[in-house]
Amino acid sequence: MKEIYLDNNATTRVDDAVFEEMRPYFCELYGNPSSMHYFGGQVQSKVTEARKRVADLLGATPEEIIFTACGTESDNTAIRSALEVMPERRHIITSRVEHPAILSFCRELASKGYSVTEIGVDGAGRLNMDEYKQAIDDNTAIVSLMWANNETGVIFPVEEAAAIAKRHGAQFHTDAVQTVGKIPVNMASSKIDMLSVSGHKLHAPKGIGALYVRKGTPFKPLIVGGHQEKNRRAGTENTAAIIALGKACQLAGEFMEFENTVVKAKCERLEKELMAAIPHAQVNGGGAERLPNTTSIAFEFVEGEAILLLLSELGICASSGSACTSGSLEPSHVLRAMGVPFTCAHGSVRFSLSRYTTDAEIDAVVKELPPIIARLRQMSPFGREFLK
Amino acid sequence: MWDYTPKVKDHFLNPRNVGDIADADAVGEVGSLACGDALKLYLKLDDKKEKIADAKFQTFGCASAIASSSALTEMVKGKTLDEALAVTNQDIAEFLGGLPEEKMHCSVMGQEALEVAIFKYRGMEIPEHDAEHDHGHAYPEYEGNLVCKCFGITDTFLKRVIADNHLTTVEQVTNFTKAGGACGSCLPRIKEIIAEVLDKDKESGARPKLSNLKKMQLIQEVLERDIRPLLRADGGDLELIDIDGDLVQIAFRKACAGCVSSGNTARYVQMKLRELVYEGLIVTEVSA
Repeated sequence: MKEIYLDNNATTRVDDAVFEEMRPYFCELYGNPSSMHYFGGQVQSKVTEARKRVADLLGATPEEIIFTACGTESDNTAIRSALEVMPERRHIITSRVEHPAILSFCRELASKGYSVTEIGVDGAGRLNMDEYKQAIDDNTAIVSLMWANNETGVIFPVEEAAAIAKRHGAQFHTDAVQTVGKIPVNMASSKIDMLSVSGHKLHAPKGIGALYVRKGTPFKPLIVGGHQEKNRRAGTENTAAIIALGKACQLAGEFMEFENTVVKAKCERLEKELMAAIPHAQVNGGGAERLPNTTSIAFEFVEGEAILLLLSELGICASSGSACTSGSLEPSHVLRAMGVPFTCAHGSVRFSLSRYTTDAEIDAVVKELPPIIARLRQMSPFGREFLK
Repeated sequence: MWDYTPKVKDHFLNPRNVGDIADADAVGEVGSLACGDALKLYLKLDDKKEKIADAKFQTFGCASAIASSSALTEMVKGKTLDEALAVTNQDIAEFLGGLPEEKMHCSVMGQEALEVAIFKYRGMEIPEHDAEHDHGHAYPEYEGNLVCKCFGITDTFLKRVIADNHLTTVEQVTNFTKAGGACGSCLPRIKEIIAEVLDKDKESGARPKLSNLKKMQLIQEVLERDIRPLLRADGGDLELIDIDGDLVQIAFRKACAGCVSSGNTARYVQMKLRELVYEGLIVTEVSA
């Protein structure tokens, strides 16, 4: 059974060209870029090239890029840094729909005495800007708002939010792990201070991330030790993965138009055809501006884990915001923050496409999902009650 | 991904007895859309109204909820109502070859629906079905003070599940009942309730009361699962001769018979049985 992989917001396939680019740096070119000899030096020059490639995708300069181990590390580093460089400021602003890399960390900081404001969203997942404007003040050290939501793909107006943060002297960070590589990002014309990138979300391997830090932004490292990354992130460079991330960013730039035309069209077709074929469903974040590759649909009267496992039997890989899939007992915090009615929050399924997604795969989902939903509804006491 | 047993997968992918029974004698309904899982169980009795002739279910929920419901219907068919009432959530989980601990609440839901159906059939007064929240106070036996507001679970129900399943941590209680799994504000109260149940155990010197049938079953299970394999590994064995109240009579076989340390072995058996079944048990060796 060949998998139909529509869970690219969870992780992506490493691009063949990316893998080829990194391959020599394990067994052959394994030198330490910090070494004085030629053997390390040739790796150093590839790391420099990779940094340039990441910077180019972000519209940044290479010295503004710090390589990290993952998106979570980038997120933690950004927030911790802002609090360290502005110790007199004790307030953090984030949103209710952030990834746990931000949300759990902020809640831990709240338990340590920081004041944390979580800005809400409307029914379509859009940030409540009025609430944000009221929450920010001169005690705010950092505002961290995701650029695009991993579950719904809803895009936040981060540029506008960053400009507001600047007026109060707060640093502005954005978790852009779902954004970079999917929609254009240009730090050169932005007020964003820090931005997190994750390699495995854009066809690089797991275990590599980056943090963009705008030139001139006061910064303190999270990990202290060696001089690597200009003293901003200690630890011997994960050279092969850094080189892979560089290549992946280069490819993401080349595929940007493809992503926003071809991939987008496939995603829209999937959504449209599923909505036409399945009654009593709604698109989560349907009224908002969204990523080109993500659609999250809530099906009433059925439960998400059951849907996913029946899809999985057919080789179709998707994700869910339902309670049972995560091991928690409530639907995802994102769907709850949006106020998705409980009749369908448990039955949400997310499909996230990539440049590898084919029309045949979309066709397969459009064919297979409606009978699965019908079958589960037939089994559900509510389905029978409400759908008579 | 959950590590479901082949039997859970089978009962999820090919659920038995899905549907309803138009002229059902007993119907039990628990759970709700808000809770994320719900089960409606239909029972049809035979002409003499003695045994369960047919059972069907409708379930809204995850794979393990569907599998638990399917298992339950298979298990109760052919049983009298009293025999069916003896089916516990552990029995449902065992039938399926086990459930991930986080999913044990699915088996509890099965047991709950079964009891609601039978109690209703027997004319016990059941409060109106509450579409929002009804776990644990769907029928009078579990009326009590609401502990978990998110999932609508009472202290009476929690105490019963804690005692039946020998739960000792808040996490276990959440896994088995969902209580505390949402906003978490009742977690301190759940901790207190666990302590209350454990204290009561200590006072009475016993675990929550077991029916005689259940006690015998458990003793046999523990002997088969935890003790005999150990003895056999050393070339010995034992046989359960009789259970009379709290008195468990065993006879040693093979290498154990006549072994000088069989007294120690008997004490070990008693210790294990007291630990895993009931603290009041007394094990004696007979030479039958």
